[in-house]
Amino acid sequence: MIGGLTIGQFIPGNSLAHRLDPRTKIGIVLVFIIVLFMARGVVPWIVLTAFTVLAVTVSQTPPQMILRGLKPVVFIIVLTVGLNMFMTRGEPLFRIGPLVATREGLAFGALMGFRIVLLIAFSSLLTVTTSPIALTDGLEALLKPFSRIGVPAHELAMMMSIALRFIPTLLEEADKIMKAQMARGADFETGNFLQRARSLVPLLVPLFVSAFRRADELAMAMEARCYRGGQGRTRLKQLRAERRDYLAFAATLIVAAVVIAFRYGFGHG
Amino acid sequence: MDAMVKVSGLGHRYNPGTENETLALAGIDLDVRPGEFLVIIGHNGSGKSTLAKHFNALLLPEEGQVLVAGMDTARPENLWRVRQTAGMVFQNPDNQIVATVVEEDVAFGPENLGVPPAEIAARVDAALAAVGMEAYRHHAPHLLSGGQKQRVAIAGILAMKPACIILDEATAMLDPAGRAEVLSTVRRLNKQEGITVMHITHYMDEAVGADRVIVMEAGKVVLSGTPRQVFAQVERLKELGLDVPQATELAHQLRQCGFDIPPDVLTVEELVDHLCR
Amino acid sequence: MPIELQGVTHIYNSGTTLQATAIEDINLTIDDGDFIGLIGPTGSGKSTLVQHLNGLLKPTRGRVLVDGVDITARGADLRAIRQKVGIIFQYPEHQLFDETVAADVAFGPRNLGLPQDEIDRRVTAALAAVGIDEATAKRSPFALSGGQMRRVAIAGVLAMQPKVLVLDEPAAGLDPRGREEILGRIKRLHEERGLTVVLVSHNMEDVARLAKRVVVMHRGRVVMDGSPRLVFSRAEQLAEIGLGVPPMTELSRRLRARGFDVPSDLLTVDEAREAIIRVMGGRAK
Repeated sequence: MIGGLTIGQFIPGNSLAHRLDPRTKIGIVLVFIIVLFMARGVVPWIVLTAFTVLAVTVSQTPPQMILRGLKPVVFIIVLTVGLNMFMTRGEPLFRIGPLVATREGLAFGALMGFRIVLLIAFSSLLTVTTSPIALTDGLEALLKPFSRIGVPAHELAMMMSIALRFIPTLLEEADKIMKAQMARGADFETGNFLQRARSLVPLLVPLFVSAFRRADELAMAMEARCYRGGQGRTRLKQLRAERRDYLAFAATLIVAAVVIAFRYGFGHG
Repeated sequence: MDAMVKVSGLGHRYNPGTENETLALAGIDLDVRPGEFLVIIGHNGSGKSTLAKHFNALLLPEEGQVLVAGMDTARPENLWRVRQTAGMVFQNPDNQIVATVVEEDVAFGPENLGVPPAEIAARVDAALAAVGMEAYRHHAPHLLSGGQKQRVAIAGILAMKPACIILDEATAMLDPAGRAEVLSTVRRLNKQEGITVMHITHYMDEAVGADRVIVMEAGKVVLSGTPRQVFAQVERLKELGLDVPQATELAHQLRQCGFDIPPDVLTVEELVDHLCR
Repeated sequence: MPIELQGVTHIYNSGTTLQATAIEDINLTIDDGDFIGLIGPTGSGKSTLVQHLNGLLKPTRGRVLVDGVDITARGADLRAIRQKVGIIFQYPEHQLFDETVAADVAFGPRNLGLPQDEIDRRVTAALAAVGIDEATAKRSPFALSGGQMRRVAIAGVLAMQPKVLVLDEPAAGLDPRGREEILGRIKRLHEERGLTVVLVSHNMEDVARLAKRVVVMHRGRVVMDGSPRLVFSRAEQLAEIGLGVPPMTELSRRLRARGFDVPSDLLTVDEAREAIIRVMGGRAK
């Protein structure tokens, strides 16, 4: 049903980025996004762009993947550039009706648009180089310290991983249900929005019923295998930070330091 | 040696005290010997699946008692050891696989038991080898056939080092090739590893290799014995809504026509041998 | 109202790394009144082939003609085709969705745009054909037993009054009694209403007993097409594909190998009994 590669889909590989601990990568992306929105001045932008290019190279991701990931946000980028171009005061460049495009506006808008590009590009590297299950493990590990204050880290991670496991199965089932209803003359394609929404009932109701039944049976099977929550559970695969993780995170912190330094006015040569 | 599973006076009702109350089990007594290959047969609604769920404390007795390796299933402190001792494989191959990758699913049981990671890895290796699925360890489960999924489920149980494996209609949703895979796997585990097997099914032909067959009807055990002893009662089995292998049916009919064929023929080969003597 | 497949090939995901030819160069005609048993190992293309019969899938190459209409032609009325050719997939009870049994069975006729009184007539008739009574028809389909739900799902297709009924393992997951019951109904529908039936099954005993024609598939091609006696007499060829033969056919082969002159194509227990009595009757006391 969903053919081809989804945007940001995990591509197995052996690059440096692939071999980093998922916790490291999640941390790097978080730090990057934060300082991305703090960037001000030529040097920080150059540093951030260079860092992104470095990350793309190190992850051996084909640039087309990144470009494809940007397609859905082209509209937002154009909107950002446009709004800023017309809304900012400054030296006029041209007019469209009552709207005045300014040089400062164009420059600012372009920068904001570029920020979105870096944001998407960098974050998609996370999902491209990290399998969904590794991401879940990484998130669980990062959230674990917070379980003391009530964050259900283990439960969230288990939910996510079971959801991931069942996505292909449920898609297959949806396909089967659709075919069975089409065999009875159902039409999912014609009609206005309301008609098409109504036509989904014979698809969604059985799918939901089936999903609940599966959940029930799965819960029983998990209990039969002695599942009793996260207490006392060990793991087959354990996350272990290596030297490369520390180095990669350190590099990110240096980038962050540069950006912060320029933001708060300390000049650097 | 003591019974692996000892069932005494077991009774169970669904929805007790309501208008939907149904009697699922009534006064069941059963001793399962260690290392036995027991097949429990009955049509849908006979109570066989309800009985099976008492073996690993998914259901608790309303009347009577169930002891698994000497442990009373009704006692809360025994719950997890009972389930580790008596592992269960369910009917729907998809709805018992938890993880996104085969080897991680096999590891699920030991992880729950708090087994140290290095040992988990060793158990996963051994379990996958025992069911012949090592080549698939990094596969996603939804790409496997029904028979393969059930073998992964069996491996997941084996990794917990159980004393017995309960197959709760685990072949009902499989094609003939898948059923054969699952049966040959558990037969091998029974013969070579001495694991007690309790196979719940409605296919008579799956009872042919068993040590003992019990037939259930309306919550009671109505027939019990070796496959030969049970299969010989063709008329009774038909009354109970069960199919008899065609060879057995034919042998029965020929006997009634005066042929000198024993009543407990199980396979086509045996029938041919008897006819040719 | 024949269904003709002419040189039908179907390739999934053409042009991608997942490309797979599911069926290749299928030439098959299903005539009025046929009762075809479609057999083949898992993955042989049975399911793909079956979905071409009512236009759920279109061939990558070749033509499918239903009652003279090419399903790939522009403006082909697929709804009309799906009314004529009804498909019941495996575990059809998983498709039930409406608030009452009667409403669910009415789904098909409603989609055909029939007037309400005709819809009601068809629903009543279809439920009767599968043995569901009026009281049950008012209940929610989810409150029924598995066997009842399956019968309701079958009624849902029967209510469209198809001329051809395709069933994919209708007895899957049922116990022997349930299997007897469903196959009995299908046989009756074939005999009493003249429905053409295509039965996809792994159970050789059932196919031997019910089908008048057996089509064997292997790796996307039709490799045998003939009467059950003809097809099942080719035990070696079937074994190579990974298929068995009905137990009685196996019996006849073994008896013949031991020198007894029984027919080589015994299919049922009754036939086997008669043949053995004839040939070895002297052995009876």
